[in-house]
Amino acid sequence: MTATKEEIISQLRQDMIRWEGFRPPQPGADNDLGLGPVAAAFPDGVFPTGAIHEFISSCPEDTAASGGFITGLVQKLLVSGGACLWISYTRRIYPPALKLFGVDPDRVIFVDVPLQKDVLWVTEEALKCEGVATVICETKDLSFTESQRLQLAVEKSHVTGFVLRKDVKKVNTTACVTRWQIRPVRSQLRTGMPGVGHPRWQVELLKVRNGRPGNWTVEWKKQDFQTITTPQLTEEARRYA
Amino acid sequence: MPKRFASIWFRHLLTDWKAIRQTGLKGKAYVFAEPDHGRMLITALTDEARKYGVTEGMTVADARVIAPDLQVFDGKPGRNLKLLTGLAEWCLRYTPLIQLDPPDGLLLDVTGCTHLKGGEKAFLQEVVSRLKAIGYDIRPAIADTIGTAWGVARCATTGLIVPEGEHRNALMPLPPSALRLPMNQLLKLRNLGLHQISSFIYMPNAVLRRRFGKDMVLRLQQALGQEVEYLFPLKEPVPYSVRLDCLEPVRTRTAIEIGLNDLLERLCKRLYGEGLGVRSAILTWYRVDGKNGNISIGTNHPSNRTQHLFKLFFIKLETIAPGLGIELFVLDALKTEPVNDKQSEIWSAGGGADSEEVAELLDRVAGRIGTAHINRYLPGEHYWPERTPKPYTNLKKKPESDWRTDKPRPMQILDHPERIEAMALTPDYPPKLFIWKGEQHIIVGADGPERIEREWWLEPGEHRDYYIAEDEAGRRYWLFRSGHYNAENNQHWYLHGFFA
Repeated sequence: MTATKEEIISQLRQDMIRWEGFRPPQPGADNDLGLGPVAAAFPDGVFPTGAIHEFISSCPEDTAASGGFITGLVQKLLVSGGACLWISYTRRIYPPALKLFGVDPDRVIFVDVPLQKDVLWVTEEALKCEGVATVICETKDLSFTESQRLQLAVEKSHVTGFVLRKDVKKVNTTACVTRWQIRPVRSQLRTGMPGVGHPRWQVELLKVRNGRPGNWTVEWKKQDFQTITTPQLTEEARRYA
Repeated sequence: MPKRFASIWFRHLLTDWKAIRQTGLKGKAYVFAEPDHGRMLITALTDEARKYGVTEGMTVADARVIAPDLQVFDGKPGRNLKLLTGLAEWCLRYTPLIQLDPPDGLLLDVTGCTHLKGGEKAFLQEVVSRLKAIGYDIRPAIADTIGTAWGVARCATTGLIVPEGEHRNALMPLPPSALRLPMNQLLKLRNLGLHQISSFIYMPNAVLRRRFGKDMVLRLQQALGQEVEYLFPLKEPVPYSVRLDCLEPVRTRTAIEIGLNDLLERLCKRLYGEGLGVRSAILTWYRVDGKNGNISIGTNHPSNRTQHLFKLFFIKLETIAPGLGIELFVLDALKTEPVNDKQSEIWSAGGGADSEEVAELLDRVAGRIGTAHINRYLPGEHYWPERTPKPYTNLKKKPESDWRTDKPRPMQILDHPERIEAMALTPDYPPKLFIWKGEQHIIVGADGPERIEREWWLEPGEHRDYYIAEDEAGRRYWLFRSGHYNAENNQHWYLHGFFA
């Protein structure tokens, strides 16, 4: 009797997740974006594709780190085909760098919107288009209503959207499925080696619908995400050259 | 189908135009005069002025003597051409093939056009009444040849519609001036007592040619249809063009949308049948008050999908100002290309960046923000960072070389490197610290230098020594020193990018 009750409850939980806009991954589709332990934070342990993900950054360094992280995710999303649009108002992305994160820069279509107010219009149009695999939108503000519109657009078209909010002073509520904050942290090389190591970030999942927010240190190495579990060694007298 | 031509003769082109602009002038005696050899010669005049005995070519001083209340306006050479061009554009609603016929006429190819207005008689009546409503006094004629239509319009008083094959009979009673001949030949014909075309129409061509030159024979043969004559249309006719005549002037947005949809459906159906698609199209509207305007669209891929083209126009529909109402829409497909065979794309999984949907999406975006703002980047054969990514607007172009991955490149780059204050202790070593925007960054790890020489064949300047520098907080920067290290401590350091 108790077993059936538990079953009913778990079934209801699953239903609730579905009603809230989360769709279980298609059987056979490879939705493992290589996030490793980070993926455990998502409902069902799978990165939610076909949803809007929000990244906030307060300085250009954070924006660069977020860009790297997003590009790493996009790499896996583009494997199954489809176009990638990078929509921005003031773009600073350097296309050749995308290659270092596994995305062919020539596959990305950069839309440099001359007016700030058109950014979200273009983004919504792109998110509605089914031939598009993923859309990255660099913008400044995103109101709740605007985020709802974007989220509704992707629920129909299954496009994965990344909204990278730059220079965020005030964080408001949005309808996005997740909210991330990526910050660069000290890279590490083998003890005693000079120079700069692989890109390493403090990945903070501030908000995730139906999941557990968390905090990880992630490194981009060998074209994949590596979660760093060992505490970072403090190496005071590190010298270069 | 036998050809039918209409000739419209504006009897008082310039004076009518003046009367339209100054309503008080109607029924008054006034003339246009232009300076010629130090005198003012009359170039155009009204019927009222003519009653006084004033004629064209008379000096203004003489005319004033016989007609004391004559008003004189300054004529401008070329004004009649300008007016005719405007009128010809207005007449585009009747037929796409119109030629200016200076000094005071228009020639229209109305083959297959008149039935739209209910026959040739109704067609002429509409033209006359519409132009009369505007204020122009015209005399039109329709005939099988341009020459006959021209002559009948100017010299005949009745029988303005010459039935098919009757042009020879229609020409018979007309004076020789109906043949578009120069003045000296007309005088010669009059001196010989040939007052009607019938008096010399049966003369052998050889005789006519010997007496009056080959031009006259040509004109006669053109009028009789024995020699082909072509129109040189004002506007190059577009092969794929559809028109929508509105029964009632259209003013509301909904009505415009319905009209546009109807036009697109007809155009797309035709293009689909021929395996073509639109690359660029223009929608022109003609308002009741004689004004017109247009909106144009362009596409990445040839498309004959009505919904897609409608969406492209839809973005720009708000620029249409219907005013009192629009009576005619014309949709021209300016550029068409064969549509790609869709069969071949079924097998490619997912569809790439050049799939149909993406192309349509980009068309819509381009309609709003312009094509110049949508770019792809392909590897450029340059070491200089600013030139490494080469922008392209073409979606299908494949890279000719691979992207370089041997050197790290920053995720974010500044358009213009920003000047920083940096302190480097040892020559050609990375700086120990730098100050950017008032914040001090102490560098704890760095790679470099990577020297990038300026491409001297493109621009002069110093080379750059790039360093990847990581500060205490783990933020990674791309710095460079412009030029060589020198001991005077006046090196220029710049921040160029941010690494992920």
